[in-house]
Amino acid sequence: MNKIVYGLVLGGILGIFDGLTAWFTPAVRSQLLGIVVGSTFKGIIAGVLIGFFARKVNSLPLGVLFGLGIGLLLAFGVAAMPSATGEHYYLQIMLPGGLVGLIVGYATQKYGSGGLAPSPRT
Amino acid sequence: MNWLSDDAVSRLQAASALPDLAGTRYRIIQRIGSGGMGAVYLAEDAVLERRVALKILDLPDASGELATRLLREAHILARLEHPGIVPVHDAGRLSDGRVFYTMKSVEGQRLDLLIVSVGALSDRLRVFQRICDAVAFAHARGILHRDLKPDNIMIGPFGEVLVMDWGIAKILHQPVDLARGSGEEGRAAVTCTVVKTEHGTILGTPGYMAPEQARGEVESLDERADIYSLGAILQFLLIGSAPTARPVAAIARKAMAEDPASRYASASQLGEDIARFLDGLPVTAYPENIFLKIARWGSRYQLAIVLVLTYLVLRAILLVWFRR
Repeated sequence: MNKIVYGLVLGGILGIFDGLTAWFTPAVRSQLLGIVVGSTFKGIIAGVLIGFFARKVNSLPLGVLFGLGIGLLLAFGVAAMPSATGEHYYLQIMLPGGLVGLIVGYATQKYGSGGLAPSPRT
Repeated sequence: MNWLSDDAVSRLQAASALPDLAGTRYRIIQRIGSGGMGAVYLAEDAVLERRVALKILDLPDASGELATRLLREAHILARLEHPGIVPVHDAGRLSDGRVFYTMKSVEGQRLDLLIVSVGALSDRLRVFQRICDAVAFAHARGILHRDLKPDNIMIGPFGEVLVMDWGIAKILHQPVDLARGSGEEGRAAVTCTVVKTEHGTILGTPGYMAPEQARGEVESLDERADIYSLGAILQFLLIGSAPTARPVAAIARKAMAEDPASRYASASQLGEDIARFLDGLPVTAYPENIFLKIARWGSRYQLAIVLVLTYLVLRAILLVWFRR
């Protein structure tokens, strides 16, 4: 499995779980389906971007950092939209979003084919 | 009168035991081994200035049959140009009439000795795949090895895998005429005629030769006899491996089936089943029930499962924290 597909699949799976956890927040439980779909889509986009980065840059710290950044950025985009009650759930959305990005960033650096070969030492 | 010292006498004895290579381009460095009909020496090729392994007939051979067999081995090797098969460089006849051939001098270790240090099953199986590749190539060229065993596999310092000792190989079919003469450029003519092994002759190594080979059924031997030997090598490579290698054990059992028809039809198919195991895919020799399928799937996607579980645990911690 290449790094982009690996990121896409893992990001999508984590996105589904991320969305499902909204069930534990009674205020948004009625919008669960929309949240799951949106969260999965967000996870897929994050996974593809992080996988693409992993193909270009062969560095675990940079991959993890990029994953965290992408996860936080996309989650910020979602959190910036107010809920039906007009509230913003920045921490509740951005923290798990960052976590998804971090995990996908780690996974795509460590696994998946199609990355750059390490440069030969001279 | 001065007597020679014991040391000098032993050195003279050793020197007199070496074959006389006068008139050839080779100079003996040391004896490195012996086979069924010949001794193998490390020699220096004076023209190309490189080291070669020189195999020379060292048994009495009044009928000339052994010489024919040795040359036949050289001809077979010459036909098998493959990275997994030791290349032959030259063949000829010494001034005393004995035949020889030279091949690449392989610096490495025999599989049976090296395997102690190769702990990971996946590494051992990758070596095995390369043995299968070389044997499949030989089969495609109509050659049966008939003596495949760990002692006849060399692993070079850069991980190259070489199948050695084709001395009792059988020619199944002949795309080129091996019966014609060759190698007459400035040397004694070296000809090779086809040697037929009589029915009932048992050639091979117990434990590694197929049952039909052990029964001396020379005429009916085909590629599946080598498949049996490959299965025995695979079983040898499995020594000390974890119980999770059950599919590989099943592959070895299938390759070593008593009935040749129940074995893999080719060395390529055997190698492909090993590749499937290495890729976490089901192997043809090991039917799986649902639990085994789940276990294999879990093993294949172990990391992804661990990452998802890690995420779920961290997410649960966050949920508890947000609810406080």
